[in-house]
Amino acid sequence: MALPIMAVLVFFLVLPILMIVTVSFWQATEFSIIPAFDLENYEFLFGSNVTYRVFFNTFKYAFITWVFTLSIGFTVAYFLAFHVRSLTWQIVLFLLCTIPFWTSNIIRMISWIPFLGRNGIANSTLISWGVIDEPLDWLLFSDFAVILAFVHLYTLFMVVPIFNTMMRIDKSLIEAARDAGASGTQILWNVIIPLTKPGIMIGTIFVVTLVMGDFITVRFMSGSQSANVGRLISNDIALLAYPSASATAVVLLLTVLIVIGILLRFVDIRKEL
Amino acid sequence: MTTPTKELELVSVTKRYGTTVAVDAIDHKFQPGGYACLLGPSGCGKSSTLRMIAGHETVSEGSILLGGADISDLPPAKRGTAMMFQNYALFPHLSVAENVAFSLKMRGDDKANRLKKAGEMLELVDLSALSDRLPDQLSGGQQQRVALARALITRPQVLLLDEPLSALDPFLRIRMRGELRKLQRELGISFVHVTHGQDEALALADEIVVMNNAVIEQAGNARDVFNAPTTAFVAQFIGGHNVIALPEGCFAIRTDAVGVLRSETGKLQGSISAVEYQGAHVSVSARIAGDQEISALIPEDTFFNNPFNPGDQVGLIWDDANLHKLTA
Repeated sequence: MALPIMAVLVFFLVLPILMIVTVSFWQATEFSIIPAFDLENYEFLFGSNVTYRVFFNTFKYAFITWVFTLSIGFTVAYFLAFHVRSLTWQIVLFLLCTIPFWTSNIIRMISWIPFLGRNGIANSTLISWGVIDEPLDWLLFSDFAVILAFVHLYTLFMVVPIFNTMMRIDKSLIEAARDAGASGTQILWNVIIPLTKPGIMIGTIFVVTLVMGDFITVRFMSGSQSANVGRLISNDIALLAYPSASATAVVLLLTVLIVIGILLRFVDIRKEL
Repeated sequence: MTTPTKELELVSVTKRYGTTVAVDAIDHKFQPGGYACLLGPSGCGKSSTLRMIAGHETVSEGSILLGGADISDLPPAKRGTAMMFQNYALFPHLSVAENVAFSLKMRGDDKANRLKKAGEMLELVDLSALSDRLPDQLSGGQQQRVALARALITRPQVLLLDEPLSALDPFLRIRMRGELRKLQRELGISFVHVTHGQDEALALADEIVVMNNAVIEQAGNARDVFNAPTTAFVAQFIGGHNVIALPEGCFAIRTDAVGVLRSETGKLQGSISAVEYQGAHVSVSARIAGDQEISALIPEDTFFNNPFNPGDQVGLIWDDANLHKLTA
């Protein structure tokens, strides 16, 4: 069994990555790509101020999205696992959470636009309630919109692993904690959160890698006003600057791997796999 | 450690789940400082009763009194009871010492103080050497002792044990029950132990409370319950008894009080249906008129001096003084 899987992995994962790494050392002009071994692409990347700003922006999106998806995802999973008593209802509510995933990412994202726009539902409702006089500009084509879309798109990736870990917590542990005089908050901090850490970590890896690799959400929801590393790469590709795009991709890949490496230092997820 | 022990009392305690009655208005006064076993088949209401005493189930009706005070509506930790769970429910992410010290941490004791007290408790259960281990790294018997130490660290008046020995293998079970009994004597507090094993109940208990179908069938000290069961259910469940329907009514008689004769005399006649060698004794079953089966427990040497075989026609004898009239 191991050999075919190895072959698939080598062909579809290892080879493409090696290809990207190779191309990242090539040279490019406006109209041609020349095989070479040249550090020019990397020199340009690390020499440019834009790179650092864009990487910073990417981390910022990842961190803020992580904070929101974690707090929403943990709450939803906690409710499903500990407050919904019957298994039937747990399954029904869980499936309800997945309904947005029945359509594509892009459609879900675009449907925010008429809602958040200058004359959109949100602004007209707020004006009709008298909460605001002028339409809010920052609702759409802003960092707010980008993060809103990220949170909407990726919260389920936090809910699923956390819910899964919580369902494995023996309910008698909660009773034992209550027997020892723990309050609801104490049970949460001393029993549930420590035992849910592996699930939180898996969800974190999903969300961080998805947000760091994204480009389309940032383009649509910021109205091309903000950039992250994904957009840097996609712009290069649009200009047929494949070597430069490859170099950026290699740096992004290493950055994400380092982030995951650091995360895995904190929590042992082997039991969950 | 001889604190004056408070008396635990159940006053028409009832538990309903929807329309099903799990515990039906039971009354019982536990002997203070005694070892009590709630004995019964699964689904008889014994676990619900224990969980109500612990405060992990609400009481539908009635009251639970400890030392005269109604504790039915208090949270588990304020009742003066502590519970040891069936699968021990040790926190897998905490070391042995931290598990034992958990309730002190919840109470807000500082770390040095609570680890010192946990150390004393671990000494009591003879586990000091393992205090830094995680529960996963312990054997079943060791986990059970950690669970005991954790329950006892709050100095409860009553320790509640929910089938504490069922997860252990038979050899360890016998050893641990000896340790439980010894610990209860040393501490002098009341233990209430739920079990479905009659041998466990007889070995441990000062007081046996036999439950069936949500009510208490019979309660009393172990010898009284074993020697004088009052209902057919108790006689059958506690083991070692025959229940015989005679013209004068229904009676229980111990299997070792029945003798077997190789003749068609005796009080009842029947034919041997099974012979089972049990080591010190041989159990002989005979089928009698009315499709009843009676077992006789015969000392091994007596049996082999004059062995029976299945199919033999025999007469059964006993001393009428050994018959106990059953009420139901």
